[in-house]
Amino acid sequence: MRKRILIVDDEPNIVISLEFLMMREGHEVRVARDGEAGLAAVKTHKPDLVVLDVMMPKLDGFAVLEAVRADEALAKTRILMLTAKGREAEQKKGLSLGADAYMPKPFSTRELVDKVKELLDRDD
Amino acid sequence: MISGPVIIGASFTYLGLLFAIAYWADRQAERGRSVIAHPTIYALSLAVYCTAWTFYGSVGRATENGLGFLPIYLGPTLIALLWGSVMLKMVRISKAERITSIADFIASRYGKSQALGGLVTVIAVIGVVPYIALQLKAVAWSFTILKHYPEVRMPGQTALPLWHDSAFVIALLLAAFTILFGTRQLDASERHEGLVAAIAFESIIKLVAFIAVGLFVTLGLLGLAGHELPAAVEAARQASLLAPLLKPSVSPIQDWLAISFLAAIAVMLLPRQFQVGVVEISDERHVRRAIWLFPLYLLVINLFVIPIAVAGLSLFPSGQVDGDTFMLTIPIAFQQPWLALLVFIGGLSAATGMVIVETIALSTMVSNDLVLPALMRLWRRHRPPEDLGWLLLNIRRGAIVAILMLGYLYYRLAGEAYALVSIGLISFVAIAQLAPAVIGGLYWRGGTREGALAGLSAGFLVWTYTLLLPSFARSGWLPTAFMESGPGGIDILAPLALFGLAGWNEITHGLFWSLIANLGAFLIVSSLREPNAAEAAQARIYVDALRHGRAASAPLWRGSADIAELIRLAERFLGVQRARSAFEHYARSRNLADTDTLPADGQTVSFAENLLAGAIGGASARLMVASVTEEETLGLDEVLDILDEASQIRAYSQQLEQKSLALEAATAELRAANLRLKELDHLKDDFISSVTHELRTPLASIRAFSEILYDDPDIPLDLRKRFLGILVSETERLSRLVNQVLDLAKIESGHADWRNEAVVLQEVIEQAAQATEQMIQDRGIQLARALPDTPAIVWGDRDRLVQVLMNLLSNAAKFAPAEGGRIDVQLHAAEPNWRLCVADDGPGIPESELELVFEKFRQTSIAGAKPAGTGLGLPISRQIIDNLGGRIWAENLPPKGANLCFELPAHRPDMSD
Repeated sequence: MRKRILIVDDEPNIVISLEFLMMREGHEVRVARDGEAGLAAVKTHKPDLVVLDVMMPKLDGFAVLEAVRADEALAKTRILMLTAKGREAEQKKGLSLGADAYMPKPFSTRELVDKVKELLDRDD
Repeated sequence: MISGPVIIGASFTYLGLLFAIAYWADRQAERGRSVIAHPTIYALSLAVYCTAWTFYGSVGRATENGLGFLPIYLGPTLIALLWGSVMLKMVRISKAERITSIADFIASRYGKSQALGGLVTVIAVIGVVPYIALQLKAVAWSFTILKHYPEVRMPGQTALPLWHDSAFVIALLLAAFTILFGTRQLDASERHEGLVAAIAFESIIKLVAFIAVGLFVTLGLLGLAGHELPAAVEAARQASLLAPLLKPSVSPIQDWLAISFLAAIAVMLLPRQFQVGVVEISDERHVRRAIWLFPLYLLVINLFVIPIAVAGLSLFPSGQVDGDTFMLTIPIAFQQPWLALLVFIGGLSAATGMVIVETIALSTMVSNDLVLPALMRLWRRHRPPEDLGWLLLNIRRGAIVAILMLGYLYYRLAGEAYALVSIGLISFVAIAQLAPAVIGGLYWRGGTREGALAGLSAGFLVWTYTLLLPSFARSGWLPTAFMESGPGGIDILAPLALFGLAGWNEITHGLFWSLIANLGAFLIVSSLREPNAAEAAQARIYVDALRHGRAASAPLWRGSADIAELIRLAERFLGVQRARSAFEHYARSRNLADTDTLPADGQTVSFAENLLAGAIGGASARLMVASVTEEETLGLDEVLDILDEASQIRAYSQQLEQKSLALEAATAELRAANLRLKELDHLKDDFISSVTHELRTPLASIRAFSEILYDDPDIPLDLRKRFLGILVSETERLSRLVNQVLDLAKIESGHADWRNEAVVLQEVIEQAAQATEQMIQDRGIQLARALPDTPAIVWGDRDRLVQVLMNLLSNAAKFAPAEGGRIDVQLHAAEPNWRLCVADDGPGIPESELELVFEKFRQTSIAGAKPAGTGLGLPISRQIIDNLGGRIWAENLPPKGANLCFELPAHRPDMSD
């Protein structure tokens, strides 16, 4: 089933890899290069899932996450946090703010794809 | 109307009233309700300073000298300003040391010397007896004058039989009164509450009497009383009788100064002034009120002196009436019997107050400092009687009678020779001899017993020669010739013009020479040796009296003592009951059940000594106690050690305070250091976290693409090629990052290798440009150089400088707009440095981030996109430039673009090493 995926990250090469993986799964992929653009894209395109980096210019991933979760209209948006900061505290913070899943960089492509599939299948 | 019996009756009534007041006050004191514990009473009791000499003599002096009577009150008024220090010091010392008299005070100061106490007593007695004579004379004269009422008649030199001589009767009466109140018991504190109350009352009476005459005369002068006084004054003025009064002057000035000084000394050191001012004071805070109240009293009692003198001179123009008697003769002349009687009572109160207090003070001194030491010498061979207290009281009673009889004798033999004021001033000069020993003792630690003895003796001898002998000569006991021409015709030794100092008033002259001799001998002899242990100990108590709060004498005693012996000794002077109760009280204060358990230590011995000192004076008490104890001699060092203990404790507490302050400071420093460390730790964590992040980012790409390529063999070739390219560049990025982190760590920790040499910056620029040229050209950016022709030489590590420049160039390349952007490299001299700048025409750096760009991992984003780079280039560059003694900074260039510059000191070959 074709879903809409938004990738928000400021690392061009990582975006390329994520884009490739998601498109290979047959999803429709959009890309945003910073937090502000990412939040705007969430609001306009209402993606089914957002792959969200934490460390970004302008608006960091947590702020984007909070803004999305604060918006009732976007309640169904699945959010997968991705970060190079792999500390426990970061993970907890992301999850407590309402992220659906959290993966540290560098990530395993297979796990990422599986996680995305799992989140998209969890239909409620 | 006023007959002898009336006057005698009034006198007795008055004395009876005094007696009643004293008796009542004593009873109140026994019940613990002190009536004299009041600052006003204290100030009034100090007014015992105003004797019959003031009461009658001021007017007399005014008729002769105009304002010349004033210095006698000016001096005390001025010195009262210093009482907050001097008087307070004397009071504190005296309370702590149980001082009983001025002789005791001086003797205690110089190591409790009996000899010194004796000498002071002799001087005081010889100096003061004429003064007592003066009071007797005043009372006798006033009695005789009043008895002739309504006639105004001067008493002649009559040879009355003893029992009809009023002065003799008065002397006996006063002796009785003094014995009754001064020597009822041998007190441990030598205070006489009843007496002080009576004295304060007398001060009021004499003031009232003086003011009454003053008002009577002043109203008369103003023409308000309806008698002929204004007319008389007019007549007197015509006859220029009032010349001294109407042309007041303060010349000769040395007399004013001398008499003011004399009076200032006398008001504190006269035995009676010391008695009421220092010994009898119940609370040292009373001194504060006396500082203004006593001078006020003096002012009021002097207010009417001039009007009365004017009236007297006008009423008795022929000069047959003595100015000293105007107080009494004016009311008589105006037929005012009651006013005359009031004046008589006022004069009587002034005289009796002085005589009683002076006699008590002198008798204490005579018994403690003259008779007792002599008796103690006797007791070394013969057993002393059991009840020494009774003996001592009788000695004092005897001394009182003897002193008054001496005064009477002086009055009979010499009293006619001098006007009242002069006798008083001669006494003052004698007492002034005590000043160097007292003042020196209070403020100078160097005085010694021998110095004080020498000073007192020298001063006293000069006083005798310049003042006492001439007064004898005037009484006809000595040939008068020697007064002007000197003994044996040696002019230079003439008593009234010593060493050719002629033309001065004889009081000023005598004071000048006696004090010079006194002070000189005191200072010179004192400087012959260092103060010994006892003197040093007392010096500290005296000089530092105000510094320690309450002065307390440290128990400077070591040896063996028997408590029972000590108690027995005290019993012999104070009586069994009072001695026992004093010791029991003392035992309780040391938390001991009874006197048997009292330790025979320095403290107890010192208590016993102090207890006795109150009764027999410090010097004698020390000897008495020494006779029943075995004291080991303390060396000066040991005494000073004991004394130093207190100051050491003070010093320790100061040190403690300083140390705790230092500790606080150290704690604050440590806290700051800890905070700084925490910050550094935090920074390090941040750094590691940043490094981790920066490492993971390329790693993430590398892993992702490796897995993609590995999992999917069907990826088209061009895509595969693209992914592999990313893999290569991310790996490069990774290794560059690792290198830079290591580099930075090395430089920061100071372990970096520096191969410094003279480097030509043009070459550095060339080398860096070559390395980055490709990248710059790829982005379509033009690189321009503006370099000087002369080689720009600096001292540094060539490779690292190339590294700095490459960082700057690649940085500029990132920010300059691709296709058409421009980078300018400029090198020029900025004496004494070379400045190298790399400018781009990109967006520039936000003003707030100009400094931040040199921090680690602080990358400025360009239009939201993340620039390629590690975020460590500029931090490393800064480390390198700093290390080479230069500086690096960022600035913005108008109209647009950033300019990154560094400066390095120009290197001159001749100063290379």
